[in-house]
Amino acid sequence: MAQSIEQTRDGDALVLRLRGRWVVADAQALDRRLTEIRAGGSRRVRIDLAGVEAMDTTGAWLLFRLKRVLEAGGAEVTLDHAGAELAPLLSQVEKRQSAPVSAPRRGFGPLVLLAHVGFSTIALLRLTRVLIGFFGWVTATLLRTAVQPKRLRLTATVAQMQRAGVSALGIVGLLSFLVGIVMTYIGAEQLRPYGAEIFTVNLLAVGFLRELGGLLAAIIIAGRSGSAFTAEIGAMIVNEEVDAMRTLGLDPIEVLVVPRVLGLILTLPFLTFWADFTGLAGGAVMCRMSLDIPLTTFLDQLRSAVSLWSVFLGIIKAPFFAACIALIGCNEGLLVTRSAESVGRHTTQSVVQAIFLVIVLDALFSIFFNGLGI
Amino acid sequence: MPVVRVRGLATRIGGRMLLRDASFDLHPGEVLGVVGASGSGKSVLLRTIIGLVPAAAGVVEVFGEEMGRSGHADLRRFGTRWGVLFQDGALFSSLSVAENIMVPLREQLDLSPVLMREIAALKIALVGLPPDTAEKFPAALSGGMRKRAGLARALALDPKLLLLDEPTAGLDPIAASDFDRLVRDLKESLGLTVFMVTHDLDSLIAICDRIAVIVDERLVIGTLAELVGNPYPWIQAYFRGPRGRAAQIAEAANG
Repeated sequence: MAQSIEQTRDGDALVLRLRGRWVVADAQALDRRLTEIRAGGSRRVRIDLAGVEAMDTTGAWLLFRLKRVLEAGGAEVTLDHAGAELAPLLSQVEKRQSAPVSAPRRGFGPLVLLAHVGFSTIALLRLTRVLIGFFGWVTATLLRTAVQPKRLRLTATVAQMQRAGVSALGIVGLLSFLVGIVMTYIGAEQLRPYGAEIFTVNLLAVGFLRELGGLLAAIIIAGRSGSAFTAEIGAMIVNEEVDAMRTLGLDPIEVLVVPRVLGLILTLPFLTFWADFTGLAGGAVMCRMSLDIPLTTFLDQLRSAVSLWSVFLGIIKAPFFAACIALIGCNEGLLVTRSAESVGRHTTQSVVQAIFLVIVLDALFSIFFNGLGI
Repeated sequence: MPVVRVRGLATRIGGRMLLRDASFDLHPGEVLGVVGASGSGKSVLLRTIIGLVPAAAGVVEVFGEEMGRSGHADLRRFGTRWGVLFQDGALFSSLSVAENIMVPLREQLDLSPVLMREIAALKIALVGLPPDTAEKFPAALSGGMRKRAGLARALALDPKLLLLDEPTAGLDPIAASDFDRLVRDLKESLGLTVFMVTHDLDSLIAICDRIAVIVDERLVIGTLAELVGNPYPWIQAYFRGPRGRAAQIAEAANG
């Protein structure tokens, strides 16, 4: 071992001779040795530093900790042979003696669970209030923009439409196409025993046009663009760009939020239509290949199953989904505090909240349409 | 043996030459200040010495060992022997101050959590922060406190070489001179060798033994007295400009 402590007695005094290297690299071994040392009834303890080869702040601190422990046991402790090289280090560490700060306690048990539920509830209510306030703020800004159209950042809005909409065509189309295939396959499987395979088309058409197309597009966009909104605005907050904007007399809502909200509201209906189309296309391919339903039969059945009204009912929901996703994405972005971890947490939050609200909103629409009898 | 030995070093960033044929030694216990115009490559020189930026030419030896160009392995090996304080502290924002200080301890050594906490508390006290800073997160600290916390992390493994990148930038004059005093105090009691990039004339006068100036891609090194007599226009403007004179007047009044 690179360091050792030799214990001897000199009359009634205990003498500790320290040897070797008292540095942070050997701190664990030293720590273990030191806990074994007891004054053993001696009233006086002499610590002899003559054999110390090297000492750093951790070593010095361990030495003073030993001294403190022995003194607390009622012994009188002196340091011998603290050479001139060690003196500045020892005095520096001695005057900085500090009580170690213990790690914050994390309890367990039912009470902690209850407290956790309480804190989460309060956080949720607070978030709801913030979101409603934000919604009002953005609406007011939007109305002002409607009155003064030249305040609209047209370039930024179009750029957002390009990024959130046009760039998403591939992934939205592909996923809807695959879901169309899966739905047709499952539907046909269920209907075949009744000889009603042709009604697979009805299932597919109603399912996709009324619900699935819109939901799929909204969920993909929540994951793709909602998260991007939060991360972009959050990174700007970390970089103090949003504060800079405010000092330059620019309204972050007008510059950052309105183009994103408006851009998404304008593009999501088209994406929904595209998801409807590719989903039906997937179904048509599956019908042709495994059910032997030719395209013309598929189209005839489609026409009898749904009307243009169904397409419209699916698409009318899209702007609401879009507003929801964009508002949450921007709001979470603006809630970021100046740390990298905060950007990550709010981005996650943004996606989770957006998908949750989209589905809740969709359920509300279903109840509403049902009440209207359409 | 010099702590840092640089011979014929050239640095380049994005095709632009910043420094040619620089040679100097940093001796044990010495404080070397590096000054130069903005964009003259002071921080790049620091990053080259610690191997974050590859040198365009030349040799850098730290503690008598040549810094290779293999990168990561070197950085890990040398990480226990130097401490680096970046401009704004570069604390990990998702960790508390105590946890930040424990990162190098955890990575490089095998210590018990209790002992690591005790060492972290000591370092926090050493850099003059109140004990309750330990559980705070970097976002809750002021600029000056972040620098002190960064210094505490740099000192976690008790390195012999300390590299500081603009330690007093962004601090008010009182906090800046407190920080200077802290660096000098620690340098003397812990036996540190310090390489410091700075803009701050007061820091140079207060704690630096020698000063290196980057002008026109060259490195001019000397004591303050030698540099004040250097005829180079930029050096003259730097040390004899209104700010330079103010710092020297203050020094003359004190000494």
